[in-house]
Amino acid sequence: MKGLNDVILRTATKVVVVIILAFSIHLFVSGHHNPGGGFIGGLAFVAAIVLLFLVSDIEKVRNNIAVDFKNVTALGVLISVFTGVGGMIGGKPFLNQVFGSVNLPIFGETGMATGVLFDVGVALAVIGASLTIIISIGEDR
Amino acid sequence: MNNLIILPVIIPIITGMVLVIFRNNIWLHRFLSLLATVLIGIVSVLLLEQIRTKGIQILCLGGWEAPFGITLVADMLAVLLVLVTAIVTFCCLCYAFSSIGAERERHYFYSFCLFLIAGVNGAFLTGDIFNMFVCFEVMLVASYVLISLGGSRIQLRESAKYILINMISSFLFLVAIAFLYSMTGTLNMADLSVRVAEAGQGGLMTAVSLLFLFVFSLKAGLFLFFWLPGSYSVPPTAIAAIFAALLTKVGIYAIIRLFSLVFYHDPGVTHLFIGILAAASMVLGAMGAVAYWDIKRIITYTVVVGVGFVLAGFASFSLVGIRGSVYYLIHDMVVKALIFLIGGTVIHLTGTGKLREMSGLIRMYPKLGWMFFIAALSVSGIPPLSGFIGKIFITEGTFQSGYYWLGGIGLITSLMVLYSVMKIFMNVFWGYTNLTEDMQKGTTRGLLLPMAILTLLTIALGLGTEGIHEYVDFAVEGLMNPNLYIDAVLGFKGQ
Amino acid sequence: METCMSIVVGILFAIGTYLILSKTLLRIILGTSIIGHGVNLLILTMGGLKKGGPPILGLQGITFTDPLPQALVLTAIVINFATTALFLVLSYRTYRVLGTDDLEQLRGYENE
Repeated sequence: MKGLNDVILRTATKVVVVIILAFSIHLFVSGHHNPGGGFIGGLAFVAAIVLLFLVSDIEKVRNNIAVDFKNVTALGVLISVFTGVGGMIGGKPFLNQVFGSVNLPIFGETGMATGVLFDVGVALAVIGASLTIIISIGEDR
Repeated sequence: MNNLIILPVIIPIITGMVLVIFRNNIWLHRFLSLLATVLIGIVSVLLLEQIRTKGIQILCLGGWEAPFGITLVADMLAVLLVLVTAIVTFCCLCYAFSSIGAERERHYFYSFCLFLIAGVNGAFLTGDIFNMFVCFEVMLVASYVLISLGGSRIQLRESAKYILINMISSFLFLVAIAFLYSMTGTLNMADLSVRVAEAGQGGLMTAVSLLFLFVFSLKAGLFLFFWLPGSYSVPPTAIAAIFAALLTKVGIYAIIRLFSLVFYHDPGVTHLFIGILAAASMVLGAMGAVAYWDIKRIITYTVVVGVGFVLAGFASFSLVGIRGSVYYLIHDMVVKALIFLIGGTVIHLTGTGKLREMSGLIRMYPKLGWMFFIAALSVSGIPPLSGFIGKIFITEGTFQSGYYWLGGIGLITSLMVLYSVMKIFMNVFWGYTNLTEDMQKGTTRGLLLPMAILTLLTIALGLGTEGIHEYVDFAVEGLMNPNLYIDAVLGFKGQ
Repeated sequence: METCMSIVVGILFAIGTYLILSKTLLRIILGTSIIGHGVNLLILTMGGLKKGGPPILGLQGITFTDPLPQALVLTAIVINFATTALFLVLSYRTYRVLGTDDLEQLRGYENE
């Protein structure tokens, strides 16, 4: 994409990427009771990164985000599976979820669910897998 | 509730993902993947004992009870197959250590093998038909990667076709699930069984069951095996052996499970149809095995014959026939892995697959030659090896149900298979040794041990049939009497 | 509404089948993807296109839609996404290595 006259894209990206990332986090957090969740949040996150790929070089982005996305996938799946295993230790069935509310300093009475941990894993797995695929297609040309 | 049941599914997933993170340490890969298969083996032995003493074990994921949540059901048949899967995978992984090559090892070969095993075990253990679809997909995605791993020209060419065919059959699987859901309003297999029994298996339900049969036939290579010889002959030996031993068997298991638990009300249509398909695949597979003069082609066609044979026993739908099917299914997993490993070793040693271009290997590799001899006899069902007991029960079962033609075709095709594997033995191992010391392309170092384990296993399964008799009878009882399964799944309330 | 959706499903299947029967690998992938959408729509239609609220605790007094088909479709979409992505990568590799994406030229030959 280098060398193209893409001033509008470049300028807009600086703003839009931040908005997409914020929206992806919103999607992720609203997942328990409203539409959203790990999968969609992860995909929105990937959309932001892909936009960065389009604007600057893949190499440049990868140098700045110094993470191997295959490891991100593996870590995500491991987190998801181990939240399931966590239920087994307490003698409950695999994938057992616990829901409770905690009194946090700023937010007040907040509902907390172990399902969120599972969703973190899903989001990481989706981010890692999608970016691995996109990079593996985009890298050799 | 029994948390052991989930372990055969999550052990390989966890191990595979850990291997992705530590990608540079190949020795760790080898060690952990073997450890995972051993652990699965231990878990399945424990489960076998629990089922024998306490009956069918179930696990409701997340505590959601049976018709609503996802249920895993460990009955005798499923756990027996999980155990055999673990043993076969152990041997194929051992074989892969010295044959697969560093390039593939670095590209996550072991991880994808483990994901494949996770999918296979999940498909065996699940009690929910949609979950079975998901496990099929996990298994298939891993197999897509494994079949194209290495990226040689012929692999890429065949894998495109393999993926396309399997994607289409997966879509049809979903279509069948959608129809079934609209008619019954449930996806739990025990609940499905109850509702189909209540509503009666009318023409529409039978049509849906035939759609399921079509899907699973495509995956099992029952009659619709046109994709099989091409796809199974391109990947490296260890991968081809895993495929031949496991992938088609999952399709067979799905057919047996669905048509013994849910769609068992109209055997005059569905089971007869399975019988006809089984007869066709036996005849066509045997013809392929007789006609080709290429070692890989011959052994892939024997896979098709094996599929036909297992389902011929099931189609008879008698106690004896199904007992034969279970014996033969277990035997087939072991012996197909064995014969693929030996065939691959022969090609590795001589550098060619053509029967007419090789001769007299037994002088230089006597152990390999005699192991092939035993495997060949076992494939065609010569006593006292493991194929015999299954074949005799299947034939007896088909005769009992009045399907004389089916039993007759089974016996004739057994002879044809015997001819084709003996053709390999005579051409490859007998005769003058035209292979001199400096001409040989490789050694058998490190390859013999896994084959020896499988050979011993096929002998032991034949001689020690008495030992697994109790377990197989338990499995057959569960298949013939769906109420046992239903009671175990739906009777679980409270606690 | 169900009848209308059934017709749409039929059209999607027809388009997908047509694309799969063509020679180019890329069209075949597009065809599988369209059939995948047809299947998802079929699952939703088969579950019944009822109007109603989401089945969440605490929303009393309204009818609920059946959540199961939606869960099935979500899973099917994810799986379809993964297989399509894999198929795309693989066909791209095939094109790079073999120099063609025409299935006529991807027929098997005995010696290669």
